[in-house]
Amino acid sequence: MTVATTTPRFKENVHEALHDPRLQRAMAFAGNFVPRRAAAVARLPEFEALRDSARDIKTHTLAHLDLYLEAYEARVTEAGGCVHYARDAAQARAIFLDLCRRRAAKRVTKGKSMISEEIGLNDALEAHGIEAVETDLGEYIIQLRHEAPSHIIAPAIHVTRDDVEADFRKAHLHLPRDRDLSEPETLLAEAREILRQKFLSADIGVTGANFLIAETGTSIIVTNEGNGDLTQILPKVHVVLASLEKITPTLDDAAQLLRVLARSATGQDMSVYTTFSTGPRRPGDPDGPEEYHVILLDNGRSAMLAGEFSEMLRCIRCGACMNHCPVYQAVGGHAYGSVYPGPMGAVLTPSLAGVEEGGQLPNASTFCGRCEAVCPMRIPLPKMMRHWREREFERHLEPTAMRYGLGVWAFFAKRPALYRFATGVAMRALGLAGRRAGRFSWAPFAGGWTRYRDLAAPQGATFQARWRAKSGAKNGATR
Amino acid sequence: MLTESGAGVRVGLFVTCLVDLMRPSVGFAAVKLLEDAGCKVVVPEQTCCGQPAYNSGDRANTKAIARATMRAFAACDYVVAPSGSCAGMLAKHYPELFANEPDAEREAVAFAAKCHELVSFLVDTLGVTAVEATYEGVATYHDSCSGLRELGVCAQPRQLLATVKGLKLVDLEDSEVCCGFGGTFAVKYGELSDAIVAKKSANILATGADTLLAGDLGCLLNMAGKLSRDGARLRVRHVAEVLAGMTDDPPIGEGSAK
Repeated sequence: MTVATTTPRFKENVHEALHDPRLQRAMAFAGNFVPRRAAAVARLPEFEALRDSARDIKTHTLAHLDLYLEAYEARVTEAGGCVHYARDAAQARAIFLDLCRRRAAKRVTKGKSMISEEIGLNDALEAHGIEAVETDLGEYIIQLRHEAPSHIIAPAIHVTRDDVEADFRKAHLHLPRDRDLSEPETLLAEAREILRQKFLSADIGVTGANFLIAETGTSIIVTNEGNGDLTQILPKVHVVLASLEKITPTLDDAAQLLRVLARSATGQDMSVYTTFSTGPRRPGDPDGPEEYHVILLDNGRSAMLAGEFSEMLRCIRCGACMNHCPVYQAVGGHAYGSVYPGPMGAVLTPSLAGVEEGGQLPNASTFCGRCEAVCPMRIPLPKMMRHWREREFERHLEPTAMRYGLGVWAFFAKRPALYRFATGVAMRALGLAGRRAGRFSWAPFAGGWTRYRDLAAPQGATFQARWRAKSGAKNGATR
Repeated sequence: MLTESGAGVRVGLFVTCLVDLMRPSVGFAAVKLLEDAGCKVVVPEQTCCGQPAYNSGDRANTKAIARATMRAFAACDYVVAPSGSCAGMLAKHYPELFANEPDAEREAVAFAAKCHELVSFLVDTLGVTAVEATYEGVATYHDSCSGLRELGVCAQPRQLLATVKGLKLVDLEDSEVCCGFGGTFAVKYGELSDAIVAKKSANILATGADTLLAGDLGCLLNMAGKLSRDGARLRVRHVAEVLAGMTDDPPIGEGSAK
């Protein structure tokens, strides 16, 4: 439901983002991920080999996903938990709301979960009079701001410290007005104090999952704040919200994936907390929930398994692709208008929301390839964006002018002699027209270019014309 | 040129549509570099590698163009392009294009194996270690994306530029980050492309260099257009022009007094 809200107006979003000085200030810090990842990778000589191994683990898992899903469900059940399959977002919400009803839940604490964003859980809870409390600091901030995450691992990356102070002063009215909130530490302490009360009084705790282990029925989350632990241990019910492709065969496999995850994401060797949970509290356990549920969301993923987008399901949501993307760095995540931004979002959004809704995103790429170069799972993101462009072309979804222009160009490109004649005439004319200035500040059909940049004038006769003239007719085109 | 290991090798110059149409001097610089290394250069009739169609999702036209290109260069030992982007198309994407057609794929794989970007071909294949050229100036070098990430073009141009007399090469911050060109992207998403090239332009100006070099004319046109629109006065040239010592033509976007 909330997969792609404003994606069709991507260009307008871009315009607004580029003219938002506050956002641009915040995005300047987003570049910090790049050197951090580079340093972490440099510290680990076997990183490239680990990437191959990580890719192979996921590829194998996806090829046998049915078997691993069955094994996972059996282990969860043995441990006293319950697995619920949700075909789509609506079904996932219904399952969750049903769990809330059965426990008469009034308050739900939440660890960071992109699947929760994908199914629009917070809105659904609010509509049923249930309070949802985000406990990840970034998520808490954007919840106060009534915004969506702009990054899959740093949801409030578009927000500055000043913004957070203003938001806290507006939201936490019971606290003294003259309190000091000038440092990140004081902001953190205030959020922690408020969230502590929520942790202790929640009826249900929701977390996402980074990995679901088939051999043990364990869900694994990685966090840097420890909020996930309090979310899943303190309430009477722990609900794991995860999508099908999180299944990982063994704990050993997960250990390998963990080695590439944090390094790719934040440049840490490991995240601060890596938390394993298997079923509800057992007799003799010092703590833990009474009930343990897993809602496994499909939402279009099983349809991706067999097709040309299957490799996208290897994604472990590290965010490296967006951290290194020139488009993401320029406009931030909200401009994409979808739950998932950046290169991974450009591939995933049309898969989840349909190419009519999400088609702008795979087009808005220079194919610079930096995303693929840093993806720990070696997902060929540009290739997949190109696949989407092919789907659009097949269905005539691209702008008419573009298709017409491309058609005219291709007509000539397929006919070398005609091409040589037409371009020979055109370049001579343009070369003459632009000879003195050397460039044009305006040109027909190139407004998207000349509005922002000058266009260098051609030198005149084409290379092929000059070459032929030089080589003489008797040798043809060669010499 | 100090070596002639290319002796007897028949190289087909895939001049690229942008060089053919916009800046033939780059093509002649490429010819000089290849001939100096001992190659016999031929220029079969050609149009474009097909990238505009390929990246717009038009697979049928891309295949038609690819087939024609492979036919045109069938008799060459090597196919060399003064562009990492176009060479990447020939060497990496033609085989992908015919992935479901075994015969065509075999042909494309064999063709791809003989396709190279110009400067990396000189260094890696022909073993060229130095050029005989002079250029007075302080230059900085932008790594174009496809050449860098698809073909590993990075050290080779720097190695040869270091042997150009009079030239001082200074590092460009984030030289491996895209300039925002992206082919049709620059026109379709002009505003976004402009925001990306603005960052590139700021990094270029921060080097204090008087010359900007790169190995792809698309990126060069983009960066030169941005620099001149903002009133900066840098000489922008394709790296082959400087390596060949052929810098008599005005730099990209500069007028001719004649």
